[in-house]
Amino acid sequence: MTPAEQIDTAHALDIEGVVCRFGALVAVSDISIAIPPGERHAVLGANGAGKTTLFNMISGDITPSAGRIALFGEDITSLPPQRRVLKGLRRTYQKSLVFDGLSVRENLFLAERGVRGRRFSVLAAARNEQENAKTEALAERISLMAKLDSPAGELSHGEQRQLELGMALAGNPRVLLLDEPAAGLSLSERRQLLGMLETLPKTITLVIIEHDLDIALQAADRVTVMHNGRMLAAGTPEEISANQTVHDIYMGKNVN
Amino acid sequence: MTRRTLLWCAAGMGLIAYPLLVNNFWLVQIGGRTLGFGTIALSLVFLVAYGGMLSLAQMTVAGVAGYAVAYFTAPVAGVGLLLPWPLALLIALALATLAGLLIGLLAVRTLGIYTLMITLAIAMAFYFLTLQNYAIFNGYTGFSNVQPPVVAGVDFSRALPFYYLSLAIAAACYGAVRHITRTPFGLALQGVRDNPRRLRSLGYDVARVRVVAFAIAGLLAGLGGILNLWLNGSISPASVGINPVIDVLMAAVLGGFLHPIGAYVGALVFTVVDNFAINFIARERFNTLIGLVFLAVVLFSPDGITGLLRRGRIWLEEKVARLNRRRGRNAGSSSPMQSRQET
Repeated sequence: MTPAEQIDTAHALDIEGVVCRFGALVAVSDISIAIPPGERHAVLGANGAGKTTLFNMISGDITPSAGRIALFGEDITSLPPQRRVLKGLRRTYQKSLVFDGLSVRENLFLAERGVRGRRFSVLAAARNEQENAKTEALAERISLMAKLDSPAGELSHGEQRQLELGMALAGNPRVLLLDEPAAGLSLSERRQLLGMLETLPKTITLVIIEHDLDIALQAADRVTVMHNGRMLAAGTPEEISANQTVHDIYMGKNVN
Repeated sequence: MTRRTLLWCAAGMGLIAYPLLVNNFWLVQIGGRTLGFGTIALSLVFLVAYGGMLSLAQMTVAGVAGYAVAYFTAPVAGVGLLLPWPLALLIALALATLAGLLIGLLAVRTLGIYTLMITLAIAMAFYFLTLQNYAIFNGYTGFSNVQPPVVAGVDFSRALPFYYLSLAIAAACYGAVRHITRTPFGLALQGVRDNPRRLRSLGYDVARVRVVAFAIAGLLAGLGGILNLWLNGSISPASVGINPVIDVLMAAVLGGFLHPIGAYVGALVFTVVDNFAINFIARERFNTLIGLVFLAVVLFSPDGITGLLRRGRIWLEEKVARLNRRRGRNAGSSSPMQSRQET
């Protein structure tokens, strides 16, 4: 790495002028966000604001049409998704993506093994004491111990969200992208989730997409508000709650 | 658990004792053929059941191994090169694995029906290659008089040794598939089947997992193809044409994709119908008959014969449980363990 590239290392995630075009449609237009390590950063916005598209570009599911994304100073703009994961980036999806045909234990095992390597081993069975201890520690963290051997497809919606989070926590994540982690959860489940997020160590930088203003403003150090693919406002939760434009969007007023 | 172990022991003993009960026709033409053909079908079931990928090129891969063994052990009219049999087998299996790998490299770029089309295209391309190439494949005639080796005085072209050889290879392949599904790679493959996008976001190279699965399936199909070659004693373009290519799919669907054992169950049904249909109908009506059997299975049990068996078992267990409850009410005391043994 040359010294010039190291200038940005102060930031866990550096998004510089990223653009995403689908044909004539501009889904995300010129977004720049710099997130220091350990920050809890919320991305707010109405449906169609481009929040998930932004996440897809950070995680590598979509290649940006323009702009640059750096993870701890390292340019990852053109890296395939699986390579970004090995560099410490993790994400969850808005709609739970779990392996329906596999048990909770196997889901968590795949997540553990994915970041640790030896993913193609066919010699030893996946279940042994050492591996079990690791997956069980992970299950403990997301309170799914009781469901370890149930197929993931048979879990309730809330449990699938927990599993989704557990898989993202495997290994040592450095930057965690959570796409509406509270979507479809009951009030008590939301509270449990918030509590769980608060226990995460500051070595993990969190970026959360959230619909629910209260959750977002409560959990975040800083907030970015997106609207129609553009950046509308950025600041501390206090600044954002005082921002009239943000209120107008959430109340459904037409803002351009 | 104990009941399952018992069932497996019984099945294993039955297969070992099978030669004592039947004549040579049933031993080789039904037993041996089911085991060899079933191993080729197993390679397809492996791809479908655990990887969610449907390939029509498994008979082609089996053909690659078959042709290689024929080329190196039974040269004809200036085509072929005589090598010691262990070397010939090694080369054949390596070529089959490589063929699986190459087909995988092409096929993993596609999904669903397109995988089917591209593997069918590869199968047909190979068929015409064997038909028109004389330098390696000896064209229309192919190779004949291919004999399995004599090892330590045991002549594997005889019925009994050949049956046990087929049984050993089939059991090893089946065991390997069961083992692989429990390894990290096997779990990753099932992850590809359930949710490729998620697997990618866990750090896996999805395309590579798929290609490796195709290579493993290639090795399995190669082993089945060699057994098939030794059973027939010959190989020609007709062995890798459209009919055998479809037969593999047919056997796999008949057996069902729920469990790898389905490959052998399907191969058995297919082989029995194949051999005995001639007693009831004219030879040219065979396709009609197997087609009707196929339709019936797909219509009444979309998950094949193994699916039918599984539903039967569940139905039976419920029936027994109901019976136990009733008996328990009548007698005032019930012992479920005891009544389970009675069934």
